[in-house]
Amino acid sequence: MRDRSFAPSRILIYLVVTLFAAAYLAPLVIVVLNSLRTNEEIAQSSMIGWPQHWAWGNYALAWSGFCLAETCAGIRPYMLNSALITIPATIFSTLLGAVAGYAVSLWRFRGDNWIYGIVTLGLFLPQQMRLLPWTIVLRDIGLINTLSGLVLIHTIQGLSFTVLFCRNYYVAIPQELIRAARIDGAGFFRIFWRIILPLSSPILIVTVIWQFTHIWNEFLYGVTFTTGQQQPVTAALIALSAPVADIPKHGVQSAAVIIAALPTLLIYLFGGRYFVRGLTAGAVK
Amino acid sequence: MAALSIRALSKRYANLEVLKGIDLDIESGEFTVLVGPSGCGKSTLLNIVAGLDRASDGTIEIGGRVVNDVPPKDRDIAMVFQSYALYPSMTVRQNITFGMECRGIAKAEQEKALANVARLLQIEPLLARKPSQLSGGQRQRVAMGRALVRDPLLFLFDEPLSNLDAKLRVEMRMEIKRLHQRIGATIIYVTHDQIEAMTMATRIAVMHRGVVQQFADPDTIYRYPANLFVARFMGSPPMNTMPARLEADAGGPVVVIGAGRPDEVRLRLQGYDAAASYVGREVVLGIRPECIAEGDRVFSGAVGPPVIVTAPVELVEPTGAETIVLLRLGGEPAQARISPDIRPTPGATASFALDTRRLCLFDPETERLIA
Repeated sequence: MRDRSFAPSRILIYLVVTLFAAAYLAPLVIVVLNSLRTNEEIAQSSMIGWPQHWAWGNYALAWSGFCLAETCAGIRPYMLNSALITIPATIFSTLLGAVAGYAVSLWRFRGDNWIYGIVTLGLFLPQQMRLLPWTIVLRDIGLINTLSGLVLIHTIQGLSFTVLFCRNYYVAIPQELIRAARIDGAGFFRIFWRIILPLSSPILIVTVIWQFTHIWNEFLYGVTFTTGQQQPVTAALIALSAPVADIPKHGVQSAAVIIAALPTLLIYLFGGRYFVRGLTAGAVK
Repeated sequence: MAALSIRALSKRYANLEVLKGIDLDIESGEFTVLVGPSGCGKSTLLNIVAGLDRASDGTIEIGGRVVNDVPPKDRDIAMVFQSYALYPSMTVRQNITFGMECRGIAKAEQEKALANVARLLQIEPLLARKPSQLSGGQRQRVAMGRALVRDPLLFLFDEPLSNLDAKLRVEMRMEIKRLHQRIGATIIYVTHDQIEAMTMATRIAVMHRGVVQQFADPDTIYRYPANLFVARFMGSPPMNTMPARLEADAGGPVVVIGAGRPDEVRLRLQGYDAAASYVGREVVLGIRPECIAEGDRVFSGAVGPPVIVTAPVELVEPTGAETIVLLRLGGEPAQARISPDIRPTPGATASFALDTRRLCLFDPETERLIA
């Protein structure tokens, strides 16, 4: 039987939770509402208000008509840039992280803990600290201001997380499986491909969601290493928010922000429950 | 031909010596059980034989070939693990054929080998299932099928029954023994369960602290344990061991329990010539619980009447098949196995018959068997 009585403590809990939810959701609500108001309406009243006319046109303009960096193609090309960076970097960093996590957890070798420690140390280094080294690397291999350069950065930086996730998932797999497979005659990659990978979907889903969200939302590297047409959408949004006309275009800008956030929002909506399930998969045997 | 011979094998981890100079020769077709308490090194030894772990010193020969530097897959062995280690994402069929697939054996041949093993183990209806859809006993059978399909020189079993419930364990024990009798394979079987060792083995290696204490057939291990450790480890309830004194009179040597006490027990020894040099000294006496029985028991094959002693009873444990009695012999605690329908009263005294033909004497210093 569920407890249906409303004790005072219960009311307090709901009150606090509601307040927190409101605080977190308020910016999203304001942006969504503004994306549906005309620029004039926002300029004449305030940033907070209910749309008087549903200005769906904002979205069309933001997507393909708005002028940015001397071209008037909206944020569509930048969305494409972000996809071309995020999708390969997510795939590469997840696969490499899975192989590396499998190696350090199930194939114990001399110094394995050191390698694991050094790779995950990357989690604790501030992003700003890594800017200069990456500048030198990208310059020397000629990948400054290219999408491939950002793919490389995000693949390598992402390894810290993906190795951590995968290693912690794989340590729960019994060593005896590996031993049995070695006696059966399977080697490192065959064991990974045939035995470990089929067991990995919970952690791979977690890693993909995590990597996709982080790489898509990443701003600093995008704005530092790319300019103009090569920028990912997060960097392009800044250009969009600069005052280009007499009238601030908050409506269109809000619509652009919503479009830019859409992929990660969708990933969260459809993959969120797998994310939570995957994170706790190793905890309960 | 020796299927396996191990020479002066040792294994050290940093400053911990896990195996100290193991020598073993195992003949083809033998069912050898490595038995010992946890931490005795038996699983490490098995892993080294399998090639999953490296020896610090010594050599291992399988079928006359030194395999120290041969990887596991080329050692001509198969192994059954404690957790079965079935590949979770594969069906039973794929689990069994995976090894053949890795070695590049033709599909038709794989099917033939699979069919043979499936018939032998009666797992044909399970072939399309995943391990998670199998019961404990079925998983055990599939794990054995995966080993059998290789037809190796040597089968290695690492505590394969310890995850099963008591009833199933007894069934599978018989099944493994029957399988050995049918296919005549050479098996090395690791367990901590001395009953498994006694019931299945053709020879038992009792291990303790990285040393093989005794390597012999089950009867010898049971009847003539090489030292006190083996005596106390093998058998359930274990052998009673107690301090005693060896004396001699006109009739020959006599072992005295609780010498000088009013209730001292004197047992005349016959055929214990090796003990002659211990006359007048302290020894450790070993008596199996089944050698102490109710007063009117006639031991099979006994010549003349048995030795009868009167002893105080402390505790009675009826098991159904027999009654275990905790009594005092010359003040020393001892367990006896008496007929199930006899229930002595705790606190009172009762008379017991002793079978003195199967006593063991141990040196109290070295703990080795004297006679």
